[in-house]
Formats: sequence, C-alpha cells, structure tokens
Amino acid sequence: MKITEQDILHLKEIAKQIRRDIIEEVYNAQSGHPGGALSCTDILAVLYFNQMNIDPNKKDDPNRDRFVLSKGHASAALYATLAERGYFPKEELKSFRKINSLLQGHPDMKHVPGIDMSSGSLGQGLSVANGMAISSKLDEKGFRVYCLVGDGEIQEGQFWEAAMTSSHYKLDNLCLIIDNNNLQVDGNVDKVMSIYPIKQKLQSFGFEVFQVDGNDIDSLITVFQKAKTIKGKPSAIIAKTVKGKGVSYMENQVDWHGKAPNEEEYNKAMEELSEA
Amino acid sequence: MKEEKKATRQSYGEALAQLGKNNENIVVLDADLANATKSQNFKKEFPERFFDIGIAEQDMIATAAGMATCGKIPFASTFAIFVTGRAYDQIRNSVCYPNLNVKLCGSHAGLTVGEDGATHQMLEDINITKAIPNLKVFCPSDDTQTKWLVEEMAKVQGPCYIRTARLASPIIYDENQKFEIGKAIQHGNGEDATIFSTGICVAEALKAQKQLEADGINVRVIDMFSLKPVDEEIILKCARETKRLISVEDHSIIGGLGSIIADVLSEKMPAKLTKLGVKDTFGESGKATELMNKYKIDAEAIVEELKK
Repeated sequence: MKITEQDILHLKEIAKQIRRDIIEEVYNAQSGHPGGALSCTDILAVLYFNQMNIDPNKKDDPNRDRFVLSKGHASAALYATLAERGYFPKEELKSFRKINSLLQGHPDMKHVPGIDMSSGSLGQGLSVANGMAISSKLDEKGFRVYCLVGDGEIQEGQFWEAAMTSSHYKLDNLCLIIDNNNLQVDGNVDKVMSIYPIKQKLQSFGFEVFQVDGNDIDSLITVFQKAKTIKGKPSAIIAKTVKGKGVSYMENQVDWHGKAPNEEEYNKAMEELSEA
Repeated sequence: MKEEKKATRQSYGEALAQLGKNNENIVVLDADLANATKSQNFKKEFPERFFDIGIAEQDMIATAAGMATCGKIPFASTFAIFVTGRAYDQIRNSVCYPNLNVKLCGSHAGLTVGEDGATHQMLEDINITKAIPNLKVFCPSDDTQTKWLVEEMAKVQGPCYIRTARLASPIIYDENQKFEIGKAIQHGNGEDATIFSTGICVAEALKAQKQLEADGINVRVIDMFSLKPVDEEIILKCARETKRLISVEDHSIIGGLGSIIADVLSEKMPAKLTKLGVKDTFGESGKATELMNKYKIDAEAIVEELKK
C-alpha cells in the first residue's frame, strides 16, 4: 500500500489527539503513567490506524490481527487509541482508573472492547503473543500478532524464555516492539540493570531485528512493512523513543513515569499538544 | 475398590489422547516433563498440536493463555510444584484474571513423589490454587474419575487445575460411576465417623473403612475430588449425621482439604475436625508408601486416629 504525505500528516494528527486524551485521562484520574504512555503513542497510532488488519465493527473477528500491550501500565495510551479508533465512546475515557469503571488501571480484556489480552504484571506479554501466533499458524488464519514491551520490562526472565519460544517455533507472524525510552521507575535502564546490547541479544535469540525512531510515524510505517516480509523467524523492532514525548517538561524525566499533572501542568501540556 | 492400580498421571495422559480425537481445539503444552506428566500420550497421537516449551513454566502458562484467547483449549502440564509455584503470577494474572479457558495439570503432587524429596513434593498447591478467583480445583482419586475429569474440564468454560499423583493407586470406580463437578462421592453410611479425603488418600480411607468395620466402627468415606467448587451440602450432612469428622490428604494441613472443610463448618455448623496431612513441614526422600506412613496419611494412621 502506497503511503502518501497526506496519510502521514493524518497519522500525526491522530497521535497528537491520542496524546491529548492521555493527558485528559491521567489528569482526570489524578493517577496513571503518562511517561510510558506518551513514549509509545506513535507506535499505537501507526498500528491501529495504518498497519493492523482490524475493524471496530467486527471486534471479535477470529481473523483479525492481535495486539498485546505487555507494558500494561501504558493503558492510558491504549484506551485513548481504541476510543479514537471507535471501539468505545470517548466519553468513557473520563472514567479511567475510577471505581466501577471499564477502564481499569491496567488493561482488562473482559470488559474493554478491542483489548486482546489483559496485562499488568510485566514480562508475560510476549509469551501470550507467541500463543496467539502459534494459534494463527495452526488454524492457517494468517493473522499477525504485535506485542509491545517496555525496555525495563525485558529484565524479566520470562521475556527471554518467550524469546526462545518465538524463534523455536519460527513465528514469522509475530512482531515484537520494544519501547526503548531508556527510563524505568528507579532511573536510567542502563544504570538500574542494563539490557544492552538489545539488538545483538535478540539477534542471537533468532530474531530479525530492526531499529527505528519510535516517535517518527514515517519510519515506523516503513519498518512495520519490512517486518511483514520476514519469513521463517520472528521480527523485533527496537523503537528508540522519548519518555513523556510531546510534553516538554515530561520528556526524559523519570518522575513522570507514574504521576499525574496538576492544573497548571495540565494546561501547559494541553497547550503544547494543541500547537500545529 | 479393585486390585488393579494405575497412577492418575497415567490416566490423565490417556484421557488427553482420547480427547484429542474428538476435539480439534485441544492443544497440549508441557515443560520438558511430558514423559513424566504423561502428556506424551497426546504428543504421540497429535504431534502437530503438542508444544514443548522447554524448562520454562512461566512462558508455558502465558503461552497457553494466548492460545486460549484464540479459541484453543490448552492443557498445560508439569509437576505441581512448578506449575503452581513457579508460574503462580502467570496463572493468576494471565489465565485467571481474564478467565481464560486454560486447563492446568500439576502432576507428581504431594509426598508420594517419593525419592525426589522435599524440593519436588508440592504440599501447598491446593492452598495456592483455591485462593485464585475463577479457578476450579480438582484432585481426582482414581483412573475412572481422572478420565472423566479431563473430559469434563474440556467442556467447562474457564480455567481449571487438576492435581495428579505419581504413585499408582487402586481403581476405585467402575466405568458407570456418575460424577458431577461440585458433588462429592459418598462411600458407606457409617455414623461413627466421616473420613473426608481427596486424591491418592481416598483409597487409604477406603482401606481404613474396611479395617474399622471389622472392629465394629462404622465410618463413611467422602471422596472430595472437587475442591473448588466444594460440596458444602455433604460436609454439613456428615457433620449432622456422624459422631466424628476427620480429613486426610497428601498436602499440608494449612490450606488444603481440611481447611476447606473447616471453613464451611465454622461458618455454617461449628464442629470439631481432625486434620490428617503434612503438619507445616517439608517432606523428605523415601518410598511413597513409607512417606505416607511416616507422615500419617495412610490407612494405618486413619485407623489409629479413629480408635482414639
């Protein structure tokens, strides 16, 4: 599919809208994880509005592509994306993290339309995605499975167990994306517990590895297209991102991992995200 | 009870292979123990639907969860210690919270693992699994019941845990026996005592029942294979109808069958219950039968207790 300038501009607008909704959600809830939600927004926008074979009107279609948000704390981004894509009314975003709401702190597949897997406890999503990718092959359905993990998250041992499985079962319908913002709760990922070099590690585990600017829509589209052509092994995209991307005072600041803005901060964020 | 013996892990494997014939959605996963859990029976028949995940229990459980989201009915087996111990978080968050249709099998449960000793003798799995919402917990006592359970688990929507044993034990039920999830099986109507039991200890309870009868002590044995949901009615009925209540299990007395019964009694009909089981200690190496004797969960221990 040919991507036009117009398409790129449109996706950029969508990503901006998702970012505004993330800020709304976290501000309303006075709780949540804005940093990691903003870092992966462009990835979600490209997947849900350009790459994935999905249809909000056929949300249970067994042949649809699947998405697993393994870094479940970025729920605000996923909810905003799904609402923007038409899975549920935007109004619902106001209930984020509140009592009796659909939009739990971490994604709940049983209650939120469009969510393919519940998540929250880190390190489990790639295994789940493998299970989906194996099922796709068993039934010759041919759907693709995308799994987004945090960079700190891959410190979990299970991630590497799962990486072995992806490769062992030659899951070429699986695309792993690492949101490499290099920040985790206790600080810089390389200072807390280095995961580097990610590329070589994943290559040695049998992945075809791509590196990309994870906040650049154009590059993301190109890399997802390339990943689709890989046969006989799984793909991994190391997406270099900026934590808190789009809100100047949140960018690359570890404090914004799990903190809500006050009124003044909220106004400033919304102002920045409204600029052309 | 017949002379013929079979380990419930063996029955599990045979039942899986049968199940695979009738239902294409059945997939089986193991963590390098297919030879021991007996899931290899399925592997032989349906290699394309069998997935060895290697020695990676956490990955196995979450992979099964992913398969279940796509309409598969995964049966994932390994030793009870590893599935419920090592992969607890995966069972809780990736299987039970989303209420996925994953069937977990913990084989080699309890002291009766024998020679492998304490590290492999899982004595807390009933406690761990019964505490997780949405998860049904079963501990079958013989071949017939295990085969029925495996079939039934495939029909029931949602996560289940089945606890099987390494040691061969007598076949208790004939093929016509009717079972129902949440309904215990009563053996005899004796009123001197009720022996509640589960899994491998049911046969011991039945042996004890016979021995006690010879001494003029009439007891009934209740096979509590369905631990969650539990048959509350039969617990209360036995508390009303019999003079003594005891429970016997190849599991810790903390949080096992005894605790499940005590929970029901304390809320609805306070009564004294004697719990036979492993008393807040780890196991050790030895022959399964020696261990059952030493830790007082065999027929001899039951008879001794009821003669007090």
